[in-house]
Amino acid sequence: MSLHIVNPGILSLLQDAGRFGQHGLGLTTGGPMDPLAFKWANRLVQNPSNSTVIEVTVGGVKAQAKRDLAVAVTGAKTKVTINGIEKNQWQTLLLKQGETIELGYATEGCRIYLAVAGGFDIEEQFCSTSTVLREGIGGVDGKGLTANEVLPVGERDVSEVDFQRVVDVPEYESIVTLRVIPGYQEHAFSRHQQRMFFYHEYEVSDLADRMGYRLKGPAVECELNGILSEGICLGAIQVPADGQPIILMNDRQTIGGYPKLGSVLSLDLAKLAQLTSGGRVRFEPITIDHAHNLLHLAQHKFEHSVTESVNP
Amino acid sequence: MRIHVAGENALIVYMGDAVSETVTASIHHLCTQLKPYIGNELIDLVPSYASVLVVFDPLKTDHLQVRSWIRFASEPHFHSAESDQRRIVRLPVYYAGVDLKVIADRADLSPDAVIEKHTKQHYQVYAIGFAPGFAYLGEVDESIAAPRLSTPRKQVPKGAVAIADRQTAVYPNESPGGWNIIGFCPVPMFDAHAHPTMPVTSGDHIEFYAIDKETFISMGGELPKAEFLLNQTAETAS
Repeated sequence: MSLHIVNPGILSLLQDAGRFGQHGLGLTTGGPMDPLAFKWANRLVQNPSNSTVIEVTVGGVKAQAKRDLAVAVTGAKTKVTINGIEKNQWQTLLLKQGETIELGYATEGCRIYLAVAGGFDIEEQFCSTSTVLREGIGGVDGKGLTANEVLPVGERDVSEVDFQRVVDVPEYESIVTLRVIPGYQEHAFSRHQQRMFFYHEYEVSDLADRMGYRLKGPAVECELNGILSEGICLGAIQVPADGQPIILMNDRQTIGGYPKLGSVLSLDLAKLAQLTSGGRVRFEPITIDHAHNLLHLAQHKFEHSVTESVNP
Repeated sequence: MRIHVAGENALIVYMGDAVSETVTASIHHLCTQLKPYIGNELIDLVPSYASVLVVFDPLKTDHLQVRSWIRFASEPHFHSAESDQRRIVRLPVYYAGVDLKVIADRADLSPDAVIEKHTKQHYQVYAIGFAPGFAYLGEVDESIAAPRLSTPRKQVPKGAVAIADRQTAVYPNESPGGWNIIGFCPVPMFDAHAHPTMPVTSGDHIEFYAIDKETFISMGGELPKAEFLLNQTAETAS
């Protein structure tokens, strides 16, 4: 079973849940920028939660099924067609042998997830299939998808798939609130500087990719110029000398020497990841205990969200 | 030891404010103790110069539990003789890098004296990062320390042995970089298909030894483009 990529669009990367336990080699996490949309894509085709999907940035993908496949498209709002007929996102779709699925360009959000029942059958590198272009690791030869590539799909009979649709579909807004767990060098930022950071709006700049989102707004001053390089966790808010914060994302470097204010809650990073240049963000401080409660609640909500059965 | 929150799923443990033998030893010790938990409650560890980032799974444990593990693992009675025995890894270098002469001139030394100083020292692997397999080694003798290039090179060849301030490193792959290139190491520092992937790991001690061009090639080294090689006439002139 396989899917023939006719057009890979602007940037399409194979991703599983991410690469863990490999920071000791200097390898970053990778994985889906919007984990909720990723989890839904796999759930709609009843894949194990770590199965490999395609993360499409912005859109423009065209692919043809070599056999009957069950597929699902989640994430950014995009026109989806199968042989020219418009289909729903957030729903299991039947893509018959020889049929072509096309993704248009995202109108809300920018990261789209395409899952197939059985998952893409890609060899793991360092315990993961996640593609990190900067490292040249994961996916197929560490690269993004290319035209005329044929992706193998794990064996799964379409008749075994339960076709469903998501009832409560996430919305992608252009203004998001990012909850922050203050930490790292927070005390090297004066009370005044912290207040300014948390009371102003910042804009996503042109320098926003899978590695980091550089923001534009009131400069944040830090009493420290640099620090001894140290480990950087997902969502860390790094403040370089020019005071313009950078939020470090999935493909971040694992160590770095800029002072950090704390880190963004992962649930909100997923929303940030759907923003493109010009998108606006606000910050709100929360405690780490509150963050843990929110993560447990989100997990519970996902596991208990209802889906409706649909006809293939 | 100070433990700070880093993010929803990470604590950062500061062992001191500067690099020292004791700080390095306690970082190595903590990582040795915590490593077996990676894959369960712990997701990853990032040892660096004076700190360890401990990443955990917030759906399986919480920061209070992780804090107590860190404290317990750092207690002296947990020190095993084994964890204090660090490996010495010897790496060959063909000292013919384009910036060797610059460093020699700056230090008012001959290139040979720079090589001698670079090989004499025992280096510690302080951190691995920047790129897969990039090991930050320290510290080089003060006399051969050199600031980063004001304009980084777009491409530094794979295997380049370089100096920045009092740090030295071997570039595991071709990448941009601003360090001063003094030589080339034929041993791959990162091979995704090899076991182990890297010849060194955090906490190891590294020693460099000089080899000639023929040995470099016989060990599988690939000579870089001429622009990265020391100008031979300049070398004999000194």
